[in-house]
Formats: sequence, structure tokens, C-alpha cells
Amino acid sequence: MRYRNATAYRFLTPYLLIFAIFWIWPIISSFLISFQATRTVPWRFAPTFNWGRLIGDPAFFNALKNTLLILVIQVPVMISLAVVMAVLLNSPLLKARGLYRFAFFAPVVVGEVAYSAVFRLMFSLDFGIVNKLLNSVGLEKIDWFSNVTPAMALIMIAVTWRWAGYNAIIILAGLQSIPDDVYEAATLDRVSKLKQFFYITLPLLKPVIVFCAVLSIIGTMQLFTEPFLITERGGPGGGTETLGLLLYRQGFRSLNFGYASAIAYTMAGLAIAITLVQLWLTREPK
Amino acid sequence: MTSRSQRRLGRSILLHLVLTPLALIWLFPLWMMVVFSTMPDNGIFSPGIELLPHDGFLDNFNNLQRDTNFVGAIGISVSVAVTYTFLSVLLTSMAGWALARYDFLGKGVVVAIIFGTITLPYAVVLIPQFIMVARDFQLANTWIALIVPPLFNSLGVLFMRQAFSMMPAELFDAARVEGVKEWRIFLFVALPLARPMLAALAIILFLASWNNYLWPLLINSQPGAMTAPVALGTLIGLTKVSWGGIMAGAVMLTVPMLIVFVLLQRHFIAGIAAGAVK
Repeated sequence: MRYRNATAYRFLTPYLLIFAIFWIWPIISSFLISFQATRTVPWRFAPTFNWGRLIGDPAFFNALKNTLLILVIQVPVMISLAVVMAVLLNSPLLKARGLYRFAFFAPVVVGEVAYSAVFRLMFSLDFGIVNKLLNSVGLEKIDWFSNVTPAMALIMIAVTWRWAGYNAIIILAGLQSIPDDVYEAATLDRVSKLKQFFYITLPLLKPVIVFCAVLSIIGTMQLFTEPFLITERGGPGGGTETLGLLLYRQGFRSLNFGYASAIAYTMAGLAIAITLVQLWLTREPK
Repeated sequence: MTSRSQRRLGRSILLHLVLTPLALIWLFPLWMMVVFSTMPDNGIFSPGIELLPHDGFLDNFNNLQRDTNFVGAIGISVSVAVTYTFLSVLLTSMAGWALARYDFLGKGVVVAIIFGTITLPYAVVLIPQFIMVARDFQLANTWIALIVPPLFNSLGVLFMRQAFSMMPAELFDAARVEGVKEWRIFLFVALPLARPMLAALAIILFLASWNNYLWPLLINSQPGAMTAPVALGTLIGLTKVSWGGIMAGAVMLTVPMLIVFVLLQRHFIAGIAAGAVK
């Protein structure tokens, strides 16, 4: 490779300018804003103004609790489902593979607004198709929007539907990179398919699964559209309010930029912690 | 041998018995989207179970257009997505090329900053971006506000860097010996060779722009400046609104992407799977 400063920067500069203005500077800026009282003109430096409020704000802890609850339940369920989808889609015995792939991968292209609208309609109390189907098999209909537990379940169902296939695509690519002869050797040694899955497939997939889990955690941590549109601004009564929604409310409804930045940096702190855990989990063994 | 092929058959049947119901459940919301988009509102809100499409799509579309200027919003969404995709592919492949094929002062720093910040949540930059674009630059409700800030995305840079660094150096050295300029090598040798990767990247970027919701919701909130998802989102939750119309809008946002997905599945999947390439 050649040492060429001028040429390299001619190719890099347009992108780096945008990257600096709309990514690096905002990262620094929102950190600084979180230490300022932004509801006075001009803003003034007040290091404990927002962070102090944060630690004593029940709305923040409610949003944090809901976000973590969704994370802890939804991400493992979705990743397990994605592994099952990927392994089954990868089976050489599968017929009409294209149809199955379409079914699981299609949600990847569906926008948040479109699918939020459909889920809202499908789960409505009296006329939603889901309750009608529950009724028709003799089950009680569920009030998905007025009680906290079903509303949380609905958010998790919606997110899982939207993202399981996305993760399955990544896991499937990981599966296909495992060489066939590993399995052939195991089959010759009469290792059952189930044991092969637990002792060969899963360990070899670990880095990919951890990667998917980290992506999903960081995505779910910022969950906004689903509680905004499906459960109507985090309803019932804040029962599905997430950190993303609280940030939106504080930053863009109350225009309280300092407090919203503190919330954003809480999310960043969680993301950094999770990334460090990922690096530790997938470290090269010595 | 018979028992082995019988076992195979048994496994195959079991596989399809597990996968088919799961696939049907997964297709169900999309199917219902289409069904709802063809039903009048009094049909959607009736006690019966309707699982087949009717013929009311055009009526619903007219209701939607009455509730919000959806066609205009689609026009904005298409123009923004096309422009964004073109610019983003250009910028990120130029940057990826520089990182893959040259040594230069500060390269380590650039790579470290890109990698080091890639897992930070987007929420962190939202507020400064908004303040900058809306207040400092006074660009709210313009196309620039929709197109330029999202160009910061660095996944494309890493993707193209990977693509260019896998190409053999001799290809480019041969051209250099002939005295071909670097930008011509990039444009006429490297880019054509990277066509499959460019296609994968373009599809993913187009989709991201087409479906983008939060940023357009914040920055372009005036009726004439909204993108299609934002315009549709404003209707959800209103009391006097046609749900059949909302579903017609959802179909118009979704079905073109599904068709693109079916036609270009290979590129789509390559683009998503490459997210995992480190």
C-alpha cells in the first residue's frame, strides 16, 4: 500500500465532514448539554441540574424499568426464535425453501409505521382479528390496550415479529460458514442431530449470536415507535413508556434539551456496558 | 437402508409440521394489512371474521387522500430516498476506498473513531442534530434536513472498505503503471468491480431512508414537508379517521418494498448479513 496523504484525504474529506458535523460533534455536544440548565436563556452550566433530577425522577425509573423488562424478556425469546428459524431454514430436507424464507424475512422491509398500524388494528378489543380468533376457539378476549401486562406483551410480540427474521438472516449466514465436514465426521461417529446442534452448532455460532444479541439490545433500548404508535404514547398510563419515548417527550414536547440529553447519555452508558460485555464474551481464548 | 430413508422422511415431515404454522403466523399480519386495505371501515369494525380481500382499496385510498396528502408525501419519500441513497453510496464508497487502499497520516485515528462510536445509540446525537438543523441552520421542513444528517451512517464505510480491500492490488497497480489517475482508477476500475456490494448497500440504504420515522417526524413536521411514514403516523390514533385508508397507506409503503425484496433477495440478504462482518 502506498503512502499518499493528499489522495487519501481527497476521497475521505466529504464523508469525514458529514461524520464530524452530524455524528462526532453531536456526541460531544449532548454530553455537554446534559450538564446545562436549558430552560433558561441563555443556557447556564449547572452540573447537577439534570443528573440530579434524573436520579429522583419516578418517570425516568418507570421508563428504565419498562425498557429493561422488554430487553430481558423480548431479546432472548427473539434470538432463540431466530436460531430455530435459521437452523430449520438451513435444513437440506426443506421443500419450498423460498416460500419459508419469504415468510420470515419479509417483515425486514416493513416500516415501523405500517406495521404499528396493522398491529394496532389486529389487537383491538372488540373488533381485532386476534380477539375474534381467541373467542372462536373458546378463549376469553384480551384487553390489549387498557392493562399493562397485555400491553407490554403486545409491544414484545410486535418487535419480535419485526426483527426475528432479520436476526435469522445473520445467523443463517453464520450457519452456512460452518464447514460440512464437521457434521459429516460427527454423523460417522453416530452423534445424534440434537447433540450435534448443542455441541457443534451452538458453540460455533456463539460469536454471531452474541453479535445479534448486542444489536438487538441496543435497538430495543431505543424503542420508540411501537409504544408511540401501538400503545398510544406509552399507554396505559405510562405502562409501556420506554426511555426512547421519555427522551422524545422531554426533548421534543417539553423542549427540555438538557434533561433529554441526560436520558440519552444513560442509554449510551448502557450501550457501552453491553458492548464491553460482548467484547469480553467473544474474546479470543489465550 | 429402508429404515434410514424412513427416518429421513419422518424428520422431513416433522420439519414442515413445525415450520409451516410458524410461517403462516409470520405472514398473517402482512396478509391482514392487505385484507384491511380493501375493506370499508364498517367491515373492519364488525363482529365477523373476514380473512379474504374485498374490493374497496380505491375507496380507502380516496379516504386516505382526504385525510392527508399521501401522494405528495410519497413523492417526497421517493425523492429523498433516491437522493440519499445515491449520495450515501458515493460518500461511503469513496471513504471506504481510501481506508482500504491507501496508507495515510491519521488513518488509525479515523478507523478507531468510526469503530469506537459505532455501537453508540442514535438517541445520543438526536438532540444536538435537531438543535443544529432546526435552530442554527434554520433548515427544518426542507429536503436538506431529511437527506444530509443521516449521511453520517458509518456502516457503509466499513462495508465498502471490506469490499475494496478484498480486491487484488495488481488490478490497480497495472492501471497506475499506465499513468491512470487515482480517481479514474476508483471510478472506472474499482467501482465496477464492486457492483454486487454497491447493489447490496444501495438497497439497504434506500430501505432505511424509505422507512425512517423518528428523524423525519422531528424535523419535518409541517404538513407539506412530511414523508409518507410521518404523514401516515399522524393519522394513527385520531378518532375521526378512516382505518381502511391507513391500511391502504401501509400497503402502499410496504408492497413495493416486498416486490423489491423478492426480486433482489440475494442482495438484500447479503447487505444484512454483511452487518455481521467485522
